Amino acid sequence: MGVIEATGRWVRFRIEEAGRAGRFLEEAARALAAGRTWFPNATLQMRRLGVDSLPIGLLIAIFTGIVLALLASYSFTGAVPLYFVGTLVEKTITLELAPVLTGLALAGRVGANIAAELGTMRVTEQVDALETLAYDPDAYLVVPRVIAGTIMFPLIVGVAMIVGLGAGWLASLGFLQLSSDEFLKGARLFFSAFDIEYGLVKSASFGLAVTLIGCYKGLRARGGAEGVGNAATAAVVYSAVMILVLDAFWAMTWLHGRS
Amino acid sequence: MIKWVDVYKSFGDKKVLDGFTLDVHEGEAVVIIGYSGAGKSVAIKHVVGLLEPDRGTIEVDDKDVPTLPRKELYELRAHIGYVFQFAALFDSMTIGDNVAMGLRKRPEMSESDIQQRVSEALELVDLPDVQQRYPAELSGGMRKRVGIARAVALRPKYILYDEPTTGLDPVTSAVIDELMIRMREKLGVTSVVITHDMRSAYRVGSRIAMLYEGRVRQVGTVDQIQQSKDPIVRQIIEGRATLEDGETASPAATASAAAVTPARGGRA
Repeated sequence: MGVIEATGRWVRFRIEEAGRAGRFLEEAARALAAGRTWFPNATLQMRRLGVDSLPIGLLIAIFTGIVLALLASYSFTGAVPLYFVGTLVEKTITLELAPVLTGLALAGRVGANIAAELGTMRVTEQVDALETLAYDPDAYLVVPRVIAGTIMFPLIVGVAMIVGLGAGWLASLGFLQLSSDEFLKGARLFFSAFDIEYGLVKSASFGLAVTLIGCYKGLRARGGAEGVGNAATAAVVYSAVMILVLDAFWAMTWLHGRS
Repeated sequence: MIKWVDVYKSFGDKKVLDGFTLDVHEGEAVVIIGYSGAGKSVAIKHVVGLLEPDRGTIEVDDKDVPTLPRKELYELRAHIGYVFQFAALFDSMTIGDNVAMGLRKRPEMSESDIQQRVSEALELVDLPDVQQRYPAELSGGMRKRVGIARAVALRPKYILYDEPTTGLDPVTSAVIDELMIRMREKLGVTSVVITHDMRSAYRVGSRIAMLYEGRVRQVGTVDQIQQSKDPIVRQIIEGRATLEDGETASPAATASAAAVTPARGGRA
């Protein structure tokens, strides 16, 4: 009986949570219409969530580019022409590593930041205060962050792609004695504009997910400092998982089957 | 006029309001007293739609708050000032911006009108020189006064005060009491005040309502409450640990219902 009850409670909780998340999404979508409320904040959030996150994105890109070039050279072991280093760096950076590694780093930085900020506002009644001043918290707090994340994630990833490729190129010149012509030949060999499009669209979806999860967890925070801490932790964990899920989703629905 | 009519509200298994009924007439200052966790804050949060009742109605100017469409609810909120227990100032904004926040939702007001209104409101609470400071730089009493200024700046018809003097020294409490009295007498603002401070309740209230076990135990003028023979009311107004017969009143009331906050502002 105890097991059945516990299972029932768990299922009920999950269903209720799904309902709350669905309602949150619906209200966030509805709040998009209140442009006068969210627009001024969106530019501020673009700077805070986007521009301020650029250094971590670039750092990741530099090291990833270097490691990829050396890893490719090690794996080819003379069986594959060395200029394929350029191919591997370009493909993996644009299709996968720039979006996913940057996304995961930003899930920590941006997701935790949003959840902690909104969580603190929730537990100190600042969100209630906003409502009593006739502000819609979805329009004032959620929409600017979600728009900023959805726009700025691809921009950061775009820059990370360029920097990562550049780092791989320099590493090839410095460590592998590959000429620039050879590296670029390899990079161009299987290059397709789709690679960039795919990586950027994917990272926009990561930005959307990370900011939505951060806002949702933050606004649901309870019980003071511990509740805010839990919200921030949950935001990072759920965001990281969602990034991997979306990564697989895009690969299965968009990448798979293309030649 | 604000009316709670037979309002029920529970959080999980905990009943907080259990048939709460109370009227607040124009120009009145009704003080709600009761044990901690008795549901006083929950009751006033219903007035601005921060919570929805499980059953019953809450009317403000004959409008049923829980059934109001979102747009009308926001219009109604523009006429109700809410002073939070811990001020709930926006800590990333200056004091000036905090007070201006509600005014910036009014398209008819120019920036110079807003600045003038902000200055007036801060002068009213005797804090004329703090506009450029941040909430973290102010004392608890000053923050509460800024919270009042933020509510007053809207020139509301109603102000709801949630424990405005809790945790303050007697002098600052008296200043805030004076302010609440001024609001009512000079600006004709109708007020609902939640407090544990009986001295403040006697000074500010035109009527006092005792909330006990989710409903109004007794409501009356200050004199009527002071003369009350009800042992529960006497225990609260005299601040005794036990009833006159030595028993402890309402263990249920000691659980903190006020700590429960709505999931998403409680609005569909």
